[in-house]
Amino acid sequence: MIKFLNITKIYPPDILALKNASLEIKPKEFVLITGKSGAGKTTLLKLILAEEKPNQGEIFFEQQDLSKIRAGDLPHLRRKIGTVFQDYKLLFSKTVYENIAYVMEVMGANENEIKRDVSQILEIVGLENKARSFPAQLSGGERQRTAIARALIHRPDIILADEPTGNLDPYNTSDILRLLLKINGLGTTVILATHDKEIINTLEKRVITLDKGKIVRDEEKGRFIL
Amino acid sequence: MFVLLKRIIKSGWTSFSRDPGLMLGTIFIMLIPIASITLFFLVKDTGQSLISSLEEKADISVYFKSDIQETDIFNIKEQLLKIAEVKEVKYISKDLALNEFIQRHEHDPVLMESLEELETTPFLALLNIKAFEASQYELISGFLEKQEFENLIEKIDFYQRKTVIEKIFLLASTTNKVGIGLSIVLAIVAVLVVFNTIRLAIIHREEEIKVQRLVGASNWFIRGPFLVQGAISGIFASIFCFLIFAALCWFLSPKLAILFSDLNIWNYFSSNCLFIILIQLVTGVGLGIISSAIAIRKHLKI
Ligand SMILES: Nc1ncnc2c1ncn2[C@@H]1O[C@H](COP(=O)(O)OP(=O)(O)OP(=O)(O)O)[C@@H](O)[C@H]1O
Ligand SMILES: [Mg+2]
Repeated sequence: MIKFLNITKIYPPDILALKNASLEIKPKEFVLITGKSGAGKTTLLKLILAEEKPNQGEIFFEQQDLSKIRAGDLPHLRRKIGTVFQDYKLLFSKTVYENIAYVMEVMGANENEIKRDVSQILEIVGLENKARSFPAQLSGGERQRTAIARALIHRPDIILADEPTGNLDPYNTSDILRLLLKINGLGTTVILATHDKEIINTLEKRVITLDKGKIVRDEEKGRFIL
Repeated sequence: MFVLLKRIIKSGWTSFSRDPGLMLGTIFIMLIPIASITLFFLVKDTGQSLISSLEEKADISVYFKSDIQETDIFNIKEQLLKIAEVKEVKYISKDLALNEFIQRHEHDPVLMESLEELETTPFLALLNIKAFEASQYELISGFLEKQEFENLIEKIDFYQRKTVIEKIFLLASTTNKVGIGLSIVLAIVAVLVVFNTIRLAIIHREEEIKVQRLVGASNWFIRGPFLVQGAISGIFASIFCFLIFAALCWFLSPKLAILFSDLNIWNYFSSNCLFIILIQLVTGVGLGIISSAIAIRKHLKI
């Protein structure tokens, strides 16, 4: 589904974030990306979302070469992806409800569908009573759960979750992980970036370890090793 | 397609209504060119109807000395009719003038008595001349002031109305010129102000716009709401402007009617209110959309 061929990403002026990275992720896979802070995890996800373009190499999303994607094709690509950003990136002028609904509105879903699905996902992430709050009025964990709800709402083909449980308490964390596993079980590809040892060791999924922009390990049922 | 349009409009409205203070200044600024354009149409139309009603009434009366023969008068009438600018010449004999006077004042015994005491009729024979246009009376009176008529004519009565007509004419034509110029200048000012407000709104929401892109919003889904915000400001500005003008016309109408008896601006306003609100809406919405479009083009790059 996703293929990196010798990808190098350099942020100007000369910060090497990814170096000659190659990997392949198959449909329905659950992949963990780990590595120290600054290793390049977020950069890798940004390349999949075509938020950044590689300096060298090719990235394929299904058949599409993301290093050559045109601006006009970006919305279509991004509607197939659900992203939990490390810094949430909620729309600050919209309420929790509107933030989540926005993703469906963008795709032209009908009003009833939106109402039904958004209330459902709000219940799943436990934010029914925060629907009318603005992001600034939420706790860190509530914002993170809003971001998670927004990433899932439109049933994307693939979910990119960048440290999605960083701000959650242990109960919420295990709820969210269970949710991600369940969605993965229903056929959605999940890429989860984290440096949380617990998560990696309990999930027993494929682990890709980055170090200073290089892929140093790529193991099925990997363990947390830095 | 339709559902997206509906959402864009709704989203624009939501942004507008959550922060009405942001657009309040722009609404106020937009009022000014809208008012100026409305005023332009109002003055132009009422001025024109005032002029034509005055022109309709305008005429020159030439009074002939009492010892003049009717044939001489008819002779002058013939000559007048040859002038291209003359529309109509009416002869009113002494007797006719007397009869008209009696008819008009028959219920005034004092006037009637004094009239009876006079041995000869105090009235002079006259020619009443109408021209096609107000500006042509000058020429006609010039013709009558010639040497050869000097012994025949007692007086020419025309100056009173001339000044009024010319004043209104001047007022209407200057408001025409000044109105267009002023409206354009004010419209440009308004465009700049609205443009700046939308520009600030875009800059303020820059981060949000990036995120909207990342979650798959198309260009128009992001841009549209800003256009809608501009248009909504325009709609509000035109509604306010309409109400202000309605109030002004209502209060000023009786006062202006004292000055110009033929002028009823409230009548004009109420019978043309659809046209007026249409002009105001077109101006307001046009200004709003144009300025937002410029702001979007400059600051919301793909
Ligand atoms: N926009 C940017 N401009 C310049 N340098 C950047 C930018 N984004 C990231 N970097 C740099 O690229 C490197 C990789 O960053 P990245 O965000 O991918 O790390 P990460 O693995 O996600 O770290 P963390 O675990 O702290 O989130 C870092 O050295 C970082 O400073
Ligand atoms: Mg990161």
